Amino acid sequence: MSQAPLLSVRDLRVGFATEEGVVQAVDGVSFDLRPGEVLAIVGESGSGKSVTAQTLIGLTRANNARIEGSVQLDGAELTEASDAEMRRLRGERIAMVFQDPMTSFNPVYRIGAQIVEAIRAHRPDTSKQQGKARVVELFEAVGIPKAAQRVDDYPHEFSGGMRQRAMIAMALALEPEVLIADEPTTALDVTIQAQILDLLEQLNREHNLATILITHDLGVVAEVADRVLVMYAGKVVEQGTLDEIFYDPQHPYTWGLLGSLTRIDRPRPHRLPQIAGQPPSLLDLPDGCPFRPRCPHEFGKCSEYPGLDARLAEAPEHRDRCWLTPEEKREKRMVEGQIGLEAPR
Amino acid sequence: MTRFIARRLVGMIAVLFAVSVIVFVVFMVLPKQNPAQTLAGKNATPLLVKNIEAEWGFDDSLPQQYLTMMKKVFTGELIQYEPRIPVDDRIIEGIPATFSLAIGAALIWLFFGLLLGYLSAIRAGGWLDRILTGVSIAGISIPVFFLGPVLIYFFSNKFEIFPNGQYVPFSEDPAEWLKHLILPWFTLAVLSIGFYSRVLRSNMLDVMNEDYVRTARAKGLSERQVMTRHVLRNSLIPIITLFGLDFGATIAGTAIITEAIFSIDGVGNYAAEAVQKFELPPIMGVALYGAFFVVLINTIVDIVYAYLDPRVRLGESASE
Repeated sequence: MSQAPLLSVRDLRVGFATEEGVVQAVDGVSFDLRPGEVLAIVGESGSGKSVTAQTLIGLTRANNARIEGSVQLDGAELTEASDAEMRRLRGERIAMVFQDPMTSFNPVYRIGAQIVEAIRAHRPDTSKQQGKARVVELFEAVGIPKAAQRVDDYPHEFSGGMRQRAMIAMALALEPEVLIADEPTTALDVTIQAQILDLLEQLNREHNLATILITHDLGVVAEVADRVLVMYAGKVVEQGTLDEIFYDPQHPYTWGLLGSLTRIDRPRPHRLPQIAGQPPSLLDLPDGCPFRPRCPHEFGKCSEYPGLDARLAEAPEHRDRCWLTPEEKREKRMVEGQIGLEAPR
Repeated sequence: MTRFIARRLVGMIAVLFAVSVIVFVVFMVLPKQNPAQTLAGKNATPLLVKNIEAEWGFDDSLPQQYLTMMKKVFTGELIQYEPRIPVDDRIIEGIPATFSLAIGAALIWLFFGLLLGYLSAIRAGGWLDRILTGVSIAGISIPVFFLGPVLIYFFSNKFEIFPNGQYVPFSEDPAEWLKHLILPWFTLAVLSIGFYSRVLRSNMLDVMNEDYVRTARAKGLSERQVMTRHVLRNSLIPIITLFGLDFGATIAGTAIITEAIFSIDGVGNYAAEAVQKFELPPIMGVALYGAFFVVLINTIVDIVYAYLDPRVRLGESASE
């Protein structure tokens, strides 16, 4: 793991000008990603996780968008790359799998043809036959049965799980170095979810893919991630290795996420804990810690904005944005014998 | 697909049957007046009325009367009585002019409507979009009976660039045919150019937000490829339906005003004339002609639609 990072993001900020003001969708995200590593970005809807991912491949570029900070792929700066350079890189070096396989394929073209289109966008001299042969190969690799026949099917002839496999096949078509999976299992049945996760994990191992997995499902994270980034209101509130986040979570928001998981290894709670309240509007963030209004452990110091600091001597890479001391955290996070959030007073 | 087409053709025949029954009921059954009197025209002699009564069998049962009428329609015996000319002859005579007008105008409005709509959509919010929006709204707002005379005034009276109306058959002189039709074409097309560009623009703006457009970008297609292969292609599907309806309506009636303004002897002019004189047989004939083409064109549109959008085909087979 001491390899140089493939993808290095430093203090990434993405703001969108709207009529009501600037929405700071992503506010200071930093991380490194090495080949073969799986980084999970976790958070509620609107926490900025998808915007972060789409910014990496330049999909958030727009007249009203302001992108600051640095994204480096193998040392090359992407935030300053031209649109044409970004286009060449998309699909070729960084590929993306989207949340909803039902709507992520164009309904009027055959699935195989859409993947061939992706290949030919970067390798114009590939013939349609060669492209199709490659798609059959890819379909087999991602476990689509009767691959040779199914390349000629339309998206509506595929089931959700099969469509997501096809989506993954498309992402892998040009052997990218980085795979970004934006909620790849959210729209699927639980059994299919497990299959898709297994597939992603297997591909990650086989191709030494650097993977960014965006999800709100900590169950998914536990299964595949090496490192975790927890986002709230556009900010990273905690980051660390999988074990650090799951066994020694430092931020009350992370406790809330963990507490709201159903677990078969614990007595069934009377009622599944939940994080009270709603995420704040990005146009009207509270002063200080953005989680303060929903946090049951809020105290005077919270009106000051906490830095993303390493607060544990034994884990220098485990950082969080909470003013509580580690001792206080250990004491407060236990609710009914497990990590969770008590209802706010 | 074959089954889909067969099904559509059967549906087409059913609709035409229904239309013919409605025509029969409206013209023959509902009026309190003796239908023979109406058919004969305003200045008919009592003898002619009597003959028509016998010929059309107005003493028979209604189904029998319907069959007699349909037999006349199909054998070309539907005639206007003053002067005595078979209706289908007049319609067939008028078809080349009407179709020249309608097809030419349709090609023009499709081409310009889609071009302007596309440019507007890819520059949405910019100055080009604003100018085109103004142009489109102006086009939609100008009525044909105003635009036609204005064009005639400027382009044929004042500057004599184009002739003032009339129709020259293509077979006689293609160049003159074209010259005579340019003004009528634009007169008929302007409204639809405006309308189609607005519809395409809004379709495209909707489609641009679709997930599969994001996918197309994420796989590294150029902006032009994303726009043409994904956004435009999918935005055109609803346009096809619209076009089928409009083109059918143009052939069946919308062209009437333009034909009248430019004195083009097409089916529309014939119908206008018949309505003015209240001659029933031509009105019936033109109604059936119009229904036939509207239904035919919409059937073709349905088939093209199924070809363009595979999900339509699925809907068919799934319901079997």
